[in-house]
Amino acid sequence: MDAKVQTKTSKGHDDAEREGLDQAGIRPMIGNEAIARGAWEAGVRVAAAYPGTPSTEIMEFLGTYPAGDSHVQWSTNEKVSLDVAIGGSFAGVRSITAMKHVGLNVASDALMSQAYIGVNGGLVLVVCDDPGIHSSQNEQDTRMFARFAQVPVLEPADAQEALDYTRRAFDISEEFDTPVILRSTTRLSHTRSPVKTRPRTDVEPRGFNEDTVKNVIIPAHARMAHPRVLAREVKLQEFFASPEFTRWEEGSTEIGIITASTAYSYVKEVLPEASVLKLAASYPMAIDRVREFYEAMDRVLVIEELEPVIETAMNAAGMPVEGKAFFPRDGEFSPEVVREGLRKAGIIEGAEEQVPFPVTPTARPPVLCSGCPHITSYMAVRSVNARVAGDIGCYTLAAVDPLRAIDTCVSMGSSIGNAVGFAKAGLETRPIIATIGDSTFLHGGIPALIDAVYNNANITVMILDNHIVAMTGGQDHPGTGKTLRGEETHRVVFEDMVRACGVKWVRKVDSYDMASLYQALREAIEHKGVSVVISDRPCVLDPVKLKGSPMQVAAAGCTACQSCMNLGCPSLGWSEEVLDGYHKVRIDETTCIGCSLCAQICPSDCIRPVVN
Amino acid sequence: MAGKVATKPRSVLIVGVGGQGVIMMSKVLALVCQRHGLQVKQSEVHGMAKRGGGVFSHIRYGETVSSPTIPKGEADVLLAMEWSEGLRWLDFLRRDGGAFIADTKRIVPPFAFRSRKYGSQPIYSPEAPREVMEMVGSGFALDATKIAAELGEPRAANTVLLGVLSTTLEFSADDWREVIAQNVPAKAQEANRLAFEAGRDWADASRASTMEDRLRELPGRDELAAEIAPKSVQFEITGEWCKGCDICVKMCPERCLRLNDEQIAELANPEACTGCRICEWLCPDFAIRVHRVPVLEPVA
Ligand SMILES: Cc1ncc(C[n+]2csc(CCOP(=O)(O)OP(=O)(O)O)c2C)c(N)n1
Ligand code: SF4
Ligand code: SF4
Repeated sequence: MDAKVQTKTSKGHDDAEREGLDQAGIRPMIGNEAIARGAWEAGVRVAAAYPGTPSTEIMEFLGTYPAGDSHVQWSTNEKVSLDVAIGGSFAGVRSITAMKHVGLNVASDALMSQAYIGVNGGLVLVVCDDPGIHSSQNEQDTRMFARFAQVPVLEPADAQEALDYTRRAFDISEEFDTPVILRSTTRLSHTRSPVKTRPRTDVEPRGFNEDTVKNVIIPAHARMAHPRVLAREVKLQEFFASPEFTRWEEGSTEIGIITASTAYSYVKEVLPEASVLKLAASYPMAIDRVREFYEAMDRVLVIEELEPVIETAMNAAGMPVEGKAFFPRDGEFSPEVVREGLRKAGIIEGAEEQVPFPVTPTARPPVLCSGCPHITSYMAVRSVNARVAGDIGCYTLAAVDPLRAIDTCVSMGSSIGNAVGFAKAGLETRPIIATIGDSTFLHGGIPALIDAVYNNANITVMILDNHIVAMTGGQDHPGTGKTLRGEETHRVVFEDMVRACGVKWVRKVDSYDMASLYQALREAIEHKGVSVVISDRPCVLDPVKLKGSPMQVAAAGCTACQSCMNLGCPSLGWSEEVLDGYHKVRIDETTCIGCSLCAQICPSDCIRPVVN
Repeated sequence: MAGKVATKPRSVLIVGVGGQGVIMMSKVLALVCQRHGLQVKQSEVHGMAKRGGGVFSHIRYGETVSSPTIPKGEADVLLAMEWSEGLRWLDFLRRDGGAFIADTKRIVPPFAFRSRKYGSQPIYSPEAPREVMEMVGSGFALDATKIAAELGEPRAANTVLLGVLSTTLEFSADDWREVIAQNVPAKAQEANRLAFEAGRDWADASRASTMEDRLRELPGRDELAAEIAPKSVQFEITGEWCKGCDICVKMCPERCLRLNDEQIAELANPEACTGCRICEWLCPDFAIRVHRVPVLEPVA
């Protein structure tokens, strides 16, 4: 099992590939691997992150480089991970943190201060946006955050640039005394292409800079820092004008396209003949160079994914330009989207409308795994007819058919605070339950739990402890007792932690023991004040894929009542046999893990282990 | 290298369901391309794949490749490892001769069984291979698992599909053979070698036969289980026997029951009631009866 956990962290490299990793060469990499590589080549020494799609693999790949090169860790949340990286920078070494776009909301408090403080060792924040919302709560544009925090943002368009820009981000950070954001997108992070690599440059640590005025951000110091930040913006605008960061690709002058990030590759696909100004940084934008381009073209269009950051800056600088009139502010770009925008702008002819093939695709939404311990937790929650504040993780899937057991879901850690609000609003007659995953609880649930106790809210909190961060692909966290590199460490004991927050009623139950879980939840609800049920059972997929001997349905006994189908276990399906208008149930033995949940539910007692 | 490689990028879209090996298949293709020093971009979206959702991988290769994703209607090959996933992506196929290579394997998702209404059938694409291949006009529909099973290794179905794919692209068979050999474990070498050749042979044989013959061999629109005449549901409660224990209200999967002011169960949302009878079975006092009444067709 230990070995399993460790191979997990070295995902992406088998031994053969691992050899010679530190040598220069060309190898295929996804964007996230290239970012990790760039950081390693730049001599990064401290790296910390909280997982989040599509950023997670960055730390996992960094963890495959020798431990002597960089310290690489999972943090409890993004704010902590940024603070760790800031600490590394203060100490004088190159440091990095990585997160998904919404992670920056959590980390933003530290970022806004650090933007004034600047850096000692180079400090890079990799932030991965998710245009198209492949797996997130929203599609906020990190470039707006960069503008807000007044820190530069680099936007690679492919894996090679991801590596190169990451390397350069550290130089820029040190030269201009600023944190630097490297902004990726889902498409870039998860596209594999050949990348030229180089060896690592070991950067001499700088040692702590004993400068209180710089390092301690009190009002007097902040007032001095702010003008520096504004001056930095101007210097960076000039710096980014170099061809390395603002690339002018000569083409027809009838139409000029200004673009950045992955949108660039769609532009090259659809309109290869146009003149293109490709910006590596939307902020601070190389405004003079942009103006030269603007003036050299008959017509200029800005093609940027999500928000009109470049467009707004150009308009503000007296260069009226078109962009979002033709290209959407929502959704992921693709060659089709760019083509459609160009058609609307009258630049290309519309392609002949293709008649779609008349077929009916099958709906295939994501589901909880066969035997997922979250299933029973929500069966229990359903049984008490409660108002349920949900949270973010695999278990959010319990909001949809067939469990339909969650009423709200906002952001990581919101459930407990939301439940307190529900209770204090005083209208709800049903019991109020907050359900929260183990990693989510550690990420943002603890302050909310203390709040609930402090304000004596009458709520029940169910911690879904599956011993892993499952949603993002199975990372360790402080409750697993293992570090990112798989070393043993202190393991958070949830009961102790909850009691330390002041909760008087706490019970831990095996998620697979349905009767005890139902019972515990009933009693917890009876308790006036905050009660906590810890539903405890490891995830069946990570860190080890569990598979027990399967169950089967004795068809003769099956009354086709569909009770077991309420679990939503994907191993349960309909057989051909129909009884009085309803299909009998069949278990797919290849995927069933034998958890017995369906057998516990079956009122006819006809689900039994397969006997060979 | 057999044939010459076009300067315009070529696009192969590989689709399937989480766990089927879509990503592995695309890696093999990418490695074959790289042997020729081609630029390759392979784009996939991770995330929901592990939770039983669909998986897709765009592979584009050529001298230079810009967009990592394939524009709609421009895939030279659409390789579907699961039947309905192939249908989902059909519009990405080039209309002028793009090849649709589809495994006829059906993986019916749990969502297909969600309706508990009387007479419900699984919700799965009704189009059968014969009609779809007729519509698309070029490509292959095959039961790769069956072909692999005949060789004694059903798990080599993916390699059968690679065999078929190899006959539609410009790389030599030896390129594929070598890359596959480098990427399968030692004990599976022989099975995969045979599977690859079987896929190639199958495709060659298929090409040699006429379209009509090919279509005839494919399954037609499945004879679905005979339609079941609809019935409506009547919920009957004997008020005197109900003690307001709330069990039925809590356990109704559709949440259509509630206790009224007299603490007696009632059907609050008759439209949602599927007539599953769980309340009837769970009521400790036998106070509930659920009747399913045939719906009479109005006489025209
Ligand atoms: C601020 C923020 N950071 C990261 C994520 C990505 N993310 C979604 S769910 C999740 C982890 C959930 O883990 P856990 O609570 O243990 O639930 P599980 O998935 O294991 O059931 C993460 C990190 C996010 N949505 N928001
Ligand atoms: S990955 Fe783990 S937590 Fe997520 S659905 Fe599967 S079993 Fe449940
Ligand atoms: S025992 Fe039942 S609930 Fe558990 S995995 Fe198998 S079919 Fe699903």
